[in-house]
Amino acid sequence: MAQEFHVLAVDDSFVDRKVIERLLKVSSCKVTAVESAGRALQVLGLDEERSPVEFDELKVNLIITDYSMPEMTGYDLLKRIKGSKKLSEIPVVIMSSEDIQPRVNRCLEEGAEEYLVKPVKLSDVVRLRDFILTQKAHPPQMEHNSVKRKWRDESPNAGCSASTSCDHLRPPIPKRRKMVQL
Amino acid sequence: MEFVGQLQRQFVQFSHSLFDEGFLDDQFQQLQKLQDESNPDFVLEVVSLFFEDSEKLLNNLSIALQQQIVDFKQVDSYVHQFKGSSSSIGAQRVKNVCVHLRSFCEEQNLERCVMCFQQVKHEYYVVKNKLETLFRLERQIVEAGGTVPFIL
Repeated sequence: MAQEFHVLAVDDSFVDRKVIERLLKVSSCKVTAVESAGRALQVLGLDEERSPVEFDELKVNLIITDYSMPEMTGYDLLKRIKGSKKLSEIPVVIMSSEDIQPRVNRCLEEGAEEYLVKPVKLSDVVRLRDFILTQKAHPPQMEHNSVKRKWRDESPNAGCSASTSCDHLRPPIPKRRKMVQL
Repeated sequence: MEFVGQLQRQFVQFSHSLFDEGFLDDQFQQLQKLQDESNPDFVLEVVSLFFEDSEKLLNNLSIALQQQIVDFKQVDSYVHQFKGSSSSIGAQRVKNVCVHLRSFCEEQNLERCVMCFQQVKHEYYVVKNKLETLFRLERQIVEAGGTVPFIL
Protein backbone atom coordinates (compact mmCIF):
# COMPACT_ATOMS: atom_id res chain seq x y z
CA MET A 1 0.00 0.00 0.00
CA ALA A 2 1.55 3.25 -1.14
CA GLN A 3 1.79 5.81 1.62
CA GLU A 4 1.75 9.46 0.82
CA PHE A 5 5.29 10.65 1.33
CA HIS A 6 5.19 14.31 2.23
CA VAL A 7 8.25 16.44 1.67
CA LEU A 8 8.84 20.00 2.79
CA ALA A 9 11.23 21.69 0.33
CA VAL A 10 12.98 24.90 1.34
CA ASP A 11 14.83 27.05 -1.19
CA ASP A 12 15.05 30.79 -1.77
CA SER A 13 15.62 30.37 -5.53
CA PHE A 14 12.46 30.41 -7.68
CA VAL A 15 14.08 28.23 -10.30
CA ASP A 16 15.37 25.64 -7.84
CA ARG A 17 12.09 25.54 -5.98
CA LYS A 18 10.23 24.77 -9.17
CA VAL A 19 12.68 22.06 -10.14
CA ILE A 20 12.76 20.33 -6.74
CA GLU A 21 9.00 20.46 -6.56
CA ARG A 22 8.71 18.72 -9.91
CA LEU A 23 11.40 16.17 -9.03
CA LEU A 24 9.47 15.26 -5.89
CA LYS A 25 6.07 15.10 -7.60
CA VAL A 26 7.45 12.88 -10.35
CA SER A 27 8.73 10.63 -7.56
CA SER A 28 5.17 10.38 -6.21
CA CYS A 29 5.79 12.62 -3.22
CA LYS A 30 3.43 15.20 -1.88
CA VAL A 31 5.28 18.52 -1.78
CA THR A 32 5.09 21.73 0.17
CA ALA A 33 7.65 24.21 -1.13
CA VAL A 34 8.59 27.32 0.84
CA GLU A 35 11.04 30.11 0.12
CA SER A 36 12.74 30.52 3.49
CA ALA A 37 13.79 28.76 6.66
CA GLY A 38 11.59 31.16 8.60
CA ARG A 39 8.56 30.12 6.61
CA ALA A 40 9.52 26.46 7.04
CA LEU A 41 9.58 26.90 10.82
CA GLN A 42 6.14 28.47 10.68
CA VAL A 43 4.57 25.63 8.75
CA LEU A 44 6.27 23.09 11.01
CA GLY A 45 4.85 24.82 14.06
CA LEU A 46 8.24 25.82 15.44
CA ASP A 47 7.79 29.53 15.08
CA GLU A 48 7.90 31.01 18.57
CA GLU A 49 6.18 34.20 17.51
CA ARG A 50 3.01 32.51 16.38
CA SER A 51 0.95 30.20 18.51
CA PRO A 52 0.72 26.73 16.93
CA VAL A 53 -3.05 26.94 16.59
CA GLU A 54 -2.75 29.67 13.99
CA PHE A 55 -1.41 27.24 11.40
CA ASP A 56 -2.39 23.76 10.44
CA GLU A 57 0.89 22.09 11.26
CA LEU A 58 2.18 20.00 8.43
CA LYS A 59 3.03 16.38 8.93
CA VAL A 60 6.16 15.80 6.90
CA ASN A 61 8.26 12.72 6.26
CA LEU A 62 11.31 14.56 4.97
CA ILE A 63 12.68 18.08 4.89
CA ILE A 64 14.97 19.00 2.04
CA THR A 65 16.60 22.39 2.30
CA ASP A 66 19.06 24.57 0.47
CA TYR A 67 22.11 25.47 2.51
CA SER A 68 22.74 29.08 1.45
CA MET A 69 19.72 31.21 2.16
CA PRO A 70 19.54 34.80 3.35
CA GLU A 71 18.57 35.47 6.99
CA MET A 72 18.62 31.85 8.07
CA THR A 73 20.70 29.12 6.45
CA GLY A 74 19.70 25.53 5.88
CA TYR A 75 22.25 24.60 8.52
CA ASP A 76 20.50 26.78 11.12
CA LEU A 77 17.18 25.27 10.11
CA LEU A 78 18.69 21.81 10.54
CA LYS A 79 19.85 22.72 14.05
CA ARG A 80 16.43 24.03 15.00
CA ILE A 81 14.72 20.90 13.76
CA LYS A 82 17.16 18.51 15.41
CA GLY A 83 16.94 20.54 18.59
CA SER A 84 13.18 20.24 18.73
CA LYS A 85 11.63 17.34 20.61
CA LYS A 86 8.67 17.36 18.30
CA LEU A 87 10.53 17.27 15.01
CA SER A 88 13.99 15.84 15.62
CA GLU A 89 13.07 12.47 14.14
CA ILE A 90 12.24 13.96 10.74
CA PRO A 91 15.10 13.34 8.32
CA VAL A 92 16.65 16.53 6.96
CA VAL A 93 18.62 16.67 3.73
CA ILE A 94 20.84 19.58 2.81
CA MET A 95 21.27 20.70 -0.80
CA SER A 96 24.11 22.92 -1.88
CA SER A 97 25.83 23.95 -5.09
CA GLU A 98 29.07 24.03 -3.11
CA ASP A 99 30.89 20.80 -2.40
CA ILE A 100 32.91 21.94 0.62
CA GLN A 101 34.01 19.05 2.83
CA PRO A 102 34.06 20.93 6.18
CA ARG A 103 30.55 22.15 5.43
CA VAL A 104 29.44 18.63 4.56
CA ASN A 105 30.91 17.29 7.79
CA ARG A 106 29.28 19.99 9.85
CA CYS A 107 25.87 19.20 8.39
CA LEU A 108 26.23 15.47 8.84
CA GLU A 109 27.46 15.97 12.42
CA GLU A 110 24.41 18.07 13.14
CA GLY A 111 22.23 15.18 12.04
CA ALA A 112 21.58 15.76 8.34
CA GLU A 113 20.65 12.59 6.54
CA GLU A 114 22.48 13.54 3.37
CA TYR A 115 24.30 16.38 1.73
CA LEU A 116 23.33 16.60 -1.92
CA VAL A 117 25.38 18.58 -4.35
CA LYS A 118 23.21 20.63 -6.72
CA PRO A 119 21.83 20.33 -9.26
CA VAL A 120 19.75 17.60 -7.67
CA LYS A 121 18.80 14.77 -10.01
CA LEU A 122 15.77 12.55 -10.18
CA SER A 123 17.90 9.58 -9.16
CA ASP A 124 18.90 11.42 -5.94
CA VAL A 125 15.29 12.03 -5.00
CA VAL A 126 14.15 8.49 -5.76
CA ARG A 127 17.05 7.03 -3.81
CA LEU A 128 16.31 9.28 -0.82
CA ARG A 129 12.65 8.50 -0.77
CA ASP A 130 13.25 4.76 -1.01
CA PHE A 131 15.91 4.85 1.70
CA ILE A 132 13.71 6.74 4.13
CA LEU A 133 10.68 4.57 3.42
CA THR A 134 12.80 1.47 3.99
CA GLN A 135 14.11 2.88 7.27
CA LYS A 136 10.54 3.39 8.41
CA ALA A 137 9.49 -0.11 7.41
CA HIS A 138 12.58 -1.79 8.87
CA PRO A 139 13.85 0.32 11.75
CA PRO A 140 17.54 -0.39 12.35
CA GLN A 141 18.46 -2.65 15.27
CA MET A 142 21.61 -0.70 15.98
CA GLU A 143 21.93 2.81 17.32
CA HIS A 144 20.68 5.28 14.74
CA ASN A 145 23.83 7.29 14.13
CA SER A 146 26.12 4.35 13.63
CA VAL A 147 23.74 2.89 11.05
CA LYS A 148 23.84 6.11 9.07
CA ARG A 149 27.63 6.17 9.17
CA LYS A 150 27.86 2.54 8.11
CA TRP A 151 25.45 3.02 5.27
CA ARG A 152 27.47 5.94 4.09
CA ASP A 153 30.53 3.70 4.16
CA GLU A 154 28.59 1.40 1.85
CA SER A 155 29.00 -1.76 3.91
CA PRO A 156 26.39 -4.03 2.38
CA ASN A 157 24.49 -5.21 5.45
CA ALA A 158 24.21 -2.07 7.51
CA GLY A 159 20.78 -1.78 9.04
CA CYS A 160 19.24 -4.62 7.04
CA SER A 161 18.34 -8.12 8.01
CA ALA A 162 20.54 -10.79 6.48
CA SER A 163 17.71 -12.20 4.38
CA THR A 164 16.99 -9.04 2.38
CA SER A 165 19.19 -7.69 -0.36
CA CYS A 166 20.21 -4.13 0.30
CA ASP A 167 21.57 -3.38 -3.15
CA HIS A 168 18.69 -1.07 -3.83
CA LEU A 169 19.79 1.03 -0.86
CA ARG A 170 23.20 1.65 -2.23
CA PRO A 171 23.34 4.79 -4.30
CA PRO A 172 24.39 4.26 -7.92
CA ILE A 173 26.54 7.39 -8.03
CA PRO A 174 27.99 8.77 -4.82
CA LYS A 175 26.76 12.33 -5.18
CA ARG A 176 26.21 12.56 -1.46
CA ARG A 177 29.27 13.17 0.62
CA LYS A 178 30.97 11.16 3.30
CA MET A 179 32.28 12.31 6.65
CA VAL A 180 36.02 12.69 6.44
CA GLN A 181 38.33 12.20 9.40
CA LEU A 182 39.92 15.60 9.82
CA MET B 1 4.26 16.31 -43.83
CA GLU B 2 7.53 17.06 -45.61
CA PHE B 3 7.55 20.43 -43.89
CA VAL B 4 7.13 18.81 -40.47
CA GLY B 5 9.98 16.45 -41.29
CA GLN B 6 12.18 19.40 -42.18
CA LEU B 7 11.32 21.20 -38.97
CA GLN B 8 11.97 18.09 -36.92
CA ARG B 9 15.38 17.60 -38.54
CA GLN B 10 16.20 21.24 -37.88
CA PHE B 11 15.15 20.80 -34.29
CA VAL B 12 17.30 17.70 -33.79
CA GLN B 13 20.33 19.32 -35.42
CA PHE B 14 19.93 22.48 -33.43
CA SER B 15 19.47 20.63 -30.13
CA HIS B 16 22.58 18.54 -30.74
CA SER B 17 24.60 21.65 -31.48
CA LEU B 18 23.55 23.22 -28.20
CA PHE B 19 24.95 20.26 -26.31
CA ASP B 20 27.98 19.73 -28.55
CA GLU B 21 29.00 23.36 -28.28
CA GLY B 22 28.62 23.34 -24.52
CA PHE B 23 25.79 25.83 -24.24
CA LEU B 24 23.69 23.25 -22.45
CA ASP B 25 24.68 20.29 -20.32
CA ASP B 26 23.07 17.17 -18.95
CA GLN B 27 20.96 19.12 -16.45
CA PHE B 28 18.84 20.46 -19.32
CA GLN B 29 18.12 16.88 -20.34
CA GLN B 30 17.21 16.10 -16.73
CA LEU B 31 14.57 18.82 -16.96
CA GLN B 32 13.29 17.44 -20.25
CA LYS B 33 12.84 14.06 -18.57
CA LEU B 34 10.56 15.71 -16.02
CA GLN B 35 8.20 16.93 -18.74
CA ASP B 36 5.21 14.80 -19.68
CA GLU B 37 1.57 15.04 -20.81
CA SER B 38 0.52 16.22 -17.35
CA ASN B 39 3.21 18.93 -17.41
CA PRO B 40 3.85 19.58 -21.11
CA ASP B 41 5.37 23.03 -20.59
CA PHE B 42 7.60 22.27 -17.64
CA VAL B 43 10.89 23.11 -19.35
CA LEU B 44 9.48 26.29 -20.85
CA GLU B 45 8.16 27.34 -17.42
CA VAL B 46 11.44 26.73 -15.63
CA VAL B 47 13.45 28.47 -18.32
CA SER B 48 11.04 31.43 -18.31
CA LEU B 49 11.51 31.71 -14.57
CA PHE B 50 15.25 31.61 -15.17
CA PHE B 51 15.03 34.44 -17.69
CA GLU B 52 13.00 36.57 -15.27
CA ASP B 53 15.33 35.85 -12.39
CA SER B 54 18.40 36.51 -14.53
CA GLU B 55 17.27 39.93 -15.72
CA LYS B 56 16.93 41.02 -12.09
CA LEU B 57 20.29 39.55 -11.10
CA LEU B 58 22.11 41.09 -14.05
CA ASN B 59 20.58 44.43 -13.25
CA ASN B 60 21.57 44.15 -9.59
CA LEU B 61 25.09 43.14 -10.58
CA SER B 62 25.41 46.03 -12.94
CA ILE B 63 24.39 48.48 -10.24
CA ALA B 64 26.60 46.85 -7.61
CA LEU B 65 29.66 47.04 -9.86
CA GLN B 66 29.09 50.71 -10.57
CA GLN B 67 29.13 51.82 -6.95
CA GLN B 68 31.79 54.24 -5.73
CA ILE B 69 32.89 51.63 -3.24
CA VAL B 70 32.08 48.19 -4.57
CA ASP B 71 30.69 45.73 -2.05
CA PHE B 72 32.37 42.55 -3.30
CA LYS B 73 30.48 40.41 -0.84
CA GLN B 74 27.23 41.60 -2.32
CA VAL B 75 28.49 41.10 -5.86
CA ASP B 76 29.62 37.60 -4.94
CA SER B 77 26.22 36.85 -3.48
CA TYR B 78 24.48 37.83 -6.73
CA VAL B 79 26.95 35.81 -8.79
CA HIS B 80 26.45 32.81 -6.52
CA GLN B 81 22.70 33.03 -7.15
CA PHE B 82 23.21 33.36 -10.88
CA LYS B 83 25.64 30.46 -10.94
CA GLY B 84 23.06 28.40 -9.06
CA SER B 85 20.13 29.11 -11.31
CA SER B 86 22.10 28.72 -14.53
CA SER B 87 23.42 25.41 -13.24
CA SER B 88 19.87 24.31 -12.41
CA ILE B 89 18.71 24.73 -15.98
CA GLY B 90 21.88 23.37 -17.54
CA ALA B 91 23.22 26.65 -18.93
CA GLN B 92 26.79 25.39 -18.74
CA ARG B 93 28.71 28.29 -20.29
CA VAL B 94 26.94 30.85 -18.13
CA LYS B 95 27.67 28.79 -15.03
CA ASN B 96 31.34 28.48 -15.96
CA VAL B 97 31.83 32.20 -16.48
CA CYS B 98 30.10 32.81 -13.13
CA VAL B 99 32.73 30.62 -11.49
CA HIS B 100 35.45 32.87 -12.91
CA LEU B 101 33.61 35.98 -11.82
CA ARG B 102 33.42 34.64 -8.29
CA SER B 103 37.16 34.17 -8.13
CA PHE B 104 37.70 37.77 -9.26
CA CYS B 105 35.28 38.88 -6.54
CA GLU B 106 37.33 36.98 -4.01
CA GLU B 107 40.45 38.77 -5.24
CA GLN B 108 38.49 42.03 -5.09
CA ASN B 109 39.82 42.78 -8.54
CA LEU B 110 37.31 45.29 -9.88
CA GLU B 111 38.75 45.56 -13.36
CA ARG B 112 38.63 41.81 -13.89
CA CYS B 113 35.19 41.63 -12.32
CA VAL B 114 33.83 44.20 -14.72
CA MET B 115 35.38 42.46 -17.74
CA CYS B 116 34.15 39.08 -16.59
CA PHE B 117 30.70 40.47 -15.95
CA GLN B 118 30.54 41.52 -19.62
CA GLN B 119 31.33 37.91 -20.51
CA VAL B 120 28.62 36.67 -18.18
CA LYS B 121 26.10 38.95 -19.83
CA HIS B 122 27.25 37.86 -23.27
CA GLU B 123 26.95 34.17 -22.49
CA TYR B 124 23.56 34.71 -20.92
CA TYR B 125 22.13 36.53 -23.94
CA VAL B 126 23.56 33.97 -26.33
CA VAL B 127 21.99 31.04 -24.47
CA LYS B 128 18.75 32.96 -24.05
CA ASN B 129 18.60 33.47 -27.78
CA LYS B 130 19.36 29.82 -28.44
CA LEU B 131 16.72 28.59 -26.01
CA GLU B 132 14.13 30.91 -27.50
CA THR B 133 14.98 29.51 -30.91
CA LEU B 134 14.62 25.99 -29.56
CA PHE B 135 11.20 26.71 -28.09
CA ARG B 136 10.13 28.44 -31.29
CA LEU B 137 11.09 25.36 -33.33
CA GLU B 138 9.09 23.18 -30.93
CA ARG B 139 6.06 25.42 -31.34
CA GLN B 140 6.36 25.36 -35.12
CA ILE B 141 6.52 21.57 -35.16
CA VAL B 142 3.43 21.27 -32.98
CA GLU B 143 1.54 23.89 -34.99
CA ALA B 144 2.38 22.02 -38.18
CA GLY B 145 0.80 18.90 -36.67
CA GLY B 146 4.00 17.07 -35.77
CA THR B 147 5.48 15.79 -32.51
CA VAL B 148 8.67 17.13 -31.00
CA PRO B 149 11.45 14.52 -31.25
CA PHE B 150 13.21 13.26 -28.12
CA ILE B 151 16.84 14.27 -27.84
CA LEU B 152 18.71 11.91 -25.55
